[in-house]
Amino acid sequence: MTKTVGLIAATVAAMLAGAGIAQAQQKEWKEVRIGTEGAYPPWNNLNSAGKLEGFEIDYGNALCEKMKVKCTWVAQDWDGIIPALLAGKYDVIMAGMNATEERAKRVSFTTTYSRTPISMIGPKSQASTDISPATLKGKAIGAQGSTIHANFLEKYYKDAQIKLYPTQEEVNLDLKNGRLDYVIADKLALTDFIDGQGKDCCKFIADVKRDPTIHGPGVAAATRKDDTALIALFNKAIEESIKDGTHKKIMDKYFKVNILVD
Amino acid sequence: MNRTLALVVGGVIAVTLARLVWPDVTALLHGVGCEAAQGFGRLVGNEAITNYGCRMVGGLGITLQLVAISVGLGVVLGFFVALVRLYGGPVSSRIATGYTTFFRGTPLLCQLFLVYYGAGQFRPALEAVGLWTYFRDAFFCAAFTFTINTAAYQAEIFRGAIASVHRGQWEAAKALGLRFTTIMRTIVMPQAALVALRPLGNELVIMVKSSAVASLVTIFDLMGTTRLAFARSFDLSVYLFAALLYLCVVEVIRRVWGLAERRLTRHLSHA
Amino acid sequence: MDKLLIMLSWGDRGWLDELAAGALVTISLALATLPFGLALGLLIALAARSKSPILRGAATVYATVFRGVPELLTLYIVYFGLQIGLQQAWKGLGFPGNIEMPAFVAGMFALGLVLAAFSSEVWVGALNAVPKGQSEGAFALGLNRALTFRLVVFPQLMRVALPGLGNNWMVLLKETSLISVIALPDLMFWTGRANVVTKEPFLFFGVACLIYLAFSLVSASGIAALERRANRGYAPGGGGQR
Repeated sequence: MTKTVGLIAATVAAMLAGAGIAQAQQKEWKEVRIGTEGAYPPWNNLNSAGKLEGFEIDYGNALCEKMKVKCTWVAQDWDGIIPALLAGKYDVIMAGMNATEERAKRVSFTTTYSRTPISMIGPKSQASTDISPATLKGKAIGAQGSTIHANFLEKYYKDAQIKLYPTQEEVNLDLKNGRLDYVIADKLALTDFIDGQGKDCCKFIADVKRDPTIHGPGVAAATRKDDTALIALFNKAIEESIKDGTHKKIMDKYFKVNILVD
Repeated sequence: MNRTLALVVGGVIAVTLARLVWPDVTALLHGVGCEAAQGFGRLVGNEAITNYGCRMVGGLGITLQLVAISVGLGVVLGFFVALVRLYGGPVSSRIATGYTTFFRGTPLLCQLFLVYYGAGQFRPALEAVGLWTYFRDAFFCAAFTFTINTAAYQAEIFRGAIASVHRGQWEAAKALGLRFTTIMRTIVMPQAALVALRPLGNELVIMVKSSAVASLVTIFDLMGTTRLAFARSFDLSVYLFAALLYLCVVEVIRRVWGLAERRLTRHLSHA
Repeated sequence: MDKLLIMLSWGDRGWLDELAAGALVTISLALATLPFGLALGLLIALAARSKSPILRGAATVYATVFRGVPELLTLYIVYFGLQIGLQQAWKGLGFPGNIEMPAFVAGMFALGLVLAAFSSEVWVGALNAVPKGQSEGAFALGLNRALTFRLVVFPQLMRVALPGLGNNWMVLLKETSLISVIALPDLMFWTGRANVVTKEPFLFFGVACLIYLAFSLVSASGIAALERRANRGYAPGGGGQR
């Protein structure tokens, strides 16, 4: 009984310990908190050991080493990932986020560290590779909510049934379950699914033509607008990492293809 | 017997008529609500509400449909479960108790995920019995889960209400030689219904609020459309606007229910 | 079968340790919310019964709003709105740096606000049930207001309020599951993670439901024991139907 009470008291204390006031860091950044989603493998993923893993986790840590700052990671639900940054729950977002104009109204983006194709996948039984809006009229297309893919569907696939989910993995699960006819997402995240748990059910249908006004220039880290010093730090570290091969080394660990195509 | 027949025929005609005019009615309501929401947005000078108000009102329509279907079917199922608990055999009443305990003791969100994603896992089995076409649909899954959830709560309400009818009433009716069904229908039910009225109203309100979790399984109900609007605009006022809409719905239900209750219990002396 | 056992095992390969950690967060959150929500509920109940029309009106508005808005929505508004508001107030007052509200506190606060609205109803009913003569008698004995409330009114209040508050607790316990959507690693959160990684939704949501059910059953027997204790000074069967 006493042990249980102690355990609960310790949990409450641990949960409350995050409260408080962060030091002013405008001039010199010593500690940076990075927010990520943890549900978008291989970019970022929360595994059964309760740890964050993935390309962005390794890459982010490498950047922090270059910047000589101490980094801590925070997992945050995707829908709230920008609001939580603005609310100061962390200082940077690294979560496979494309630097779109819409988002740039709220946050500042660093140099892009990845630019990858966007694809649609579907069940193996799908024979056609035609993904024109006219063909997909009335079909159920799944995407993660609050993403460029959701916006893309809304703009071009108005006549399809658009289904939005809290995480990409739930979208994939429902394709496997047969509730969806198509899924749209970043090609590499989809590759992870098609080569793994979706091996028996699903396949690539076709790549999607990028629309710069929706998709933006590529994936970048995001900060609050007024943290200009932090953006400069990150930009420098990203450029360095691409030049000296750090980026490539980590990329090769997670991907079979180049994730920074021009 | 004739009365039952008339009821059934009348019911069928009413449903058919309702289905014929339903699309027009909903379209009209949606149009009016749309204008009102956009008007409100312009009035308070909020761009996000003006832009997404229309969709949110559409979402409200989905919420109301979901709740109406679930609570309506839940009344039937709940009443049946209550009867089994009170008058069923030892095994069936145990099962009924287990059912109410499970669904009242676990979160609706957990039940919804269990049904929605669990059904996907059992797709081959469901396909074999021809049920997959239903479970494929998120709206059906949500309506199904909400129905069995609210039925468990309503079963408790009905059980309490029936038990609250004094046993003297039963004894007197039995002494008069009335059959079980007759006693139930003409003596117990009218009294129990009045007792059940208030908690049923509360349950309806709770369902309106709880139905917000449907947004987590791709349904664009009021909460779902609000999340969408927030993701686009990052403007918190859409949440406040949604809160206002929910509040209005709940208040209207509460008021109307209160009026109905006062009207139905007017023969009882009010202290 | 082996595969399922590994998934449910303790350690890095299995999810049982994560589920247990999540369950601990769930129960901690509910326990941390309880005193805050009940105390605020009692204050609102006292306001609802006060002589001042302003206080009464405020209590009514409070109860109406927080009983009418879905808990999920309250959670979003508190989590994002309060945090941004706090941040702006902090900066507005000219303090440096950031002030932070962790997800746990946001969840506790949001659930507490809702619990207060629902428990205030129970408190009002219980306050009405304690005869006025009790406090009048206590005054006559020379006790001041605080002592009267603590020694005379409150023990009787608890007896009447317990069943209703027990109900509030059960609702609260289940409502904590909504916290998972604001990224607090509670039982529902880890179950969701386990589901998408293992693609075994029925197993994991089934286990999660059973854990919640166990919490509910333990709570129910605990509340029953408390009720027996609170009623120990009373003759049984007074009202006939209990």
